[in-house]
Amino acid sequence: MSAIADTYYMLGRLLRASWRQPIWVIVEITQPVIWLLLYGQLFRKVVEIPGFGAHSYIQFLTPGVAVMTALFGSAWAGMGLIDDFDRGVLDRLLTTPASRTAIILARVLHAGIAGGVQTLIILLIGIGLGARVGSGPLGAIALLFVAVLLGSGFAAASNGVALLVRREETFIAVLNFFTLPLTFLSASLMSMTLMPPWMQVASRLNPVNWAVVGARTAFAPMSAWAALGPNILWLIAFVVATSAFATWSFVAYRRTT
Amino acid sequence: MEAATAVAHPGATAEPAIEARSLRKAYPGGVQAVDGVTFAVAKAEIFGLLGPNGAGKSTTVRMLATLTRPDSGHARVAGRDVEREAAAVRRAIGYVSQQSGVDREATGRENLTLQGHLYRMERGRLRRRVDELLEMLGLTHAADRLARGYSGGMKRRLDIAMGLVHEPRVLFLDEPTTGLDPESRAALWQDLTQVRDRTGLSILLTTHYLEEADALAEQVAIVDHGRVVALGTPAGLKAEVRGDTVDLDLGDRVAAERARDRVAPLEGVVEVSAQQGRLHILAADGPAALPALVGALRDAGLEVRSASVARPSLDEVYLHYTGRAFAQADQEAVGGDGGRGW
Repeated sequence: MSAIADTYYMLGRLLRASWRQPIWVIVEITQPVIWLLLYGQLFRKVVEIPGFGAHSYIQFLTPGVAVMTALFGSAWAGMGLIDDFDRGVLDRLLTTPASRTAIILARVLHAGIAGGVQTLIILLIGIGLGARVGSGPLGAIALLFVAVLLGSGFAAASNGVALLVRREETFIAVLNFFTLPLTFLSASLMSMTLMPPWMQVASRLNPVNWAVVGARTAFAPMSAWAALGPNILWLIAFVVATSAFATWSFVAYRRTT
Repeated sequence: MEAATAVAHPGATAEPAIEARSLRKAYPGGVQAVDGVTFAVAKAEIFGLLGPNGAGKSTTVRMLATLTRPDSGHARVAGRDVEREAAAVRRAIGYVSQQSGVDREATGRENLTLQGHLYRMERGRLRRRVDELLEMLGLTHAADRLARGYSGGMKRRLDIAMGLVHEPRVLFLDEPTTGLDPESRAALWQDLTQVRDRTGLSILLTTHYLEEADALAEQVAIVDHGRVVALGTPAGLKAEVRGDTVDLDLGDRVAAERARDRVAPLEGVVEVSAQQGRLHILAADGPAALPALVGALRDAGLEVRSASVARPSLDEVYLHYTGRAFAQADQEAVGGDGGRGW
């Protein structure tokens, strides 16, 4: 119970700080829109490649960009923790009785809220551009759920890495090392069927791809939803694993600082 | 004042507020930051860890405040073991780190309120406590401004307010007055002493200012290379260093040199040197020696224009125990310090 109250107070702090930076709010909202429009135009013709398996690229792209946005937004979540470390705020919080889990959880939720809002905007714009959610409002909720799961998992991992490296340069290098390859090793922008066989195998181990497949399934008519279950289960396992990693990284922090 | 005296002298059986036994900590890369530190802080006592940068003071405090895990040794704070009962220790302590811990994107009031919430303070009490601390530390006018715009001194005062918000039993202050001007420093010393007198708070402060340890701390441990090299009251430590300095102004060089030869054989004079018309005398007991010195010189027809007697400062104490002058040690540490003053 105590962890929930601590999370609430610390989340309040993060949301207040974000809200006080109007530019941050504007960028967070416009960035996914730009991606959707940019990629939508750039790759418009790929659906004409034989075997792509979709008729409208915007229909194909909307769930993909939703997942990408969740990934990119949450992967940065640890940056704030490094800032707290640099400014002595982290040590101050760590000497209070506040739950360690709450310190991570507040940042995961903060990233989750930003990601949820972004996914919603992408969904609305995608629909405006002609994408259709075959399964209705429930599909939209399922898409949101998948995006938030992926975002939470990466936000937790990002905070864990931040606690271990504690330097912005190193953190950014690790971030770039993972995010772009993971994006291209998924069906976010390109159909799985057109990937080389080794990539298809690799993508099956990629949490981003679990989310992309999940999100795209959520967009399909409900009769095809059988594929949603396993992907959601994998994503939940991913969130549990990364949260455990982030919590463990506090132990390493105490040993090395 | 009676109440304060009562608190300041607890029964001999009372458990110390802080007890560190053989604490050791090495950082990756082989730096032995703390190398077997042992000391105890009584309830309601202000205890100073004095030493140059890099001596291991901050690491010692971090271990006591549950931030860093000791490699070996034991420590109890407010009667609880820092490793096995970390949660209980955290409820009892306030910690103000060497660098500021202020959240710049929040107002002073928000910083304090969040801190109080994390200690589960009841809302009404927290609100009153926040107002009281803002008032005490002169931040009321800036309470609702973002801390981003605070001066260094204001941030430092906010840090200290955050360390006090939940009325801890033990307060850790790591270099509390670094970066403050002398006036703010003196005001802070006064505030801290008052809080201690009123509440019986125990304070462990680290400092590399000799004056600070002298002015504020009742007990001082001098730390050098991760070890405690001397422990005692500032007066006691100074008493162990033999000799006071007597300074006499004779007016000119010739008179000073004649005076030197005259004074050197006198009883109680340990060492004497003449410099630019002045005589520097190291005497076992300066105040007692002064009349005899002046009398002997007058008999020789030498007039003393002015005289001063200085008892040893912690500077001499530091030199005595470490074999290095304090400023020099501090300089060496700054040169070789790779990071954050650990």
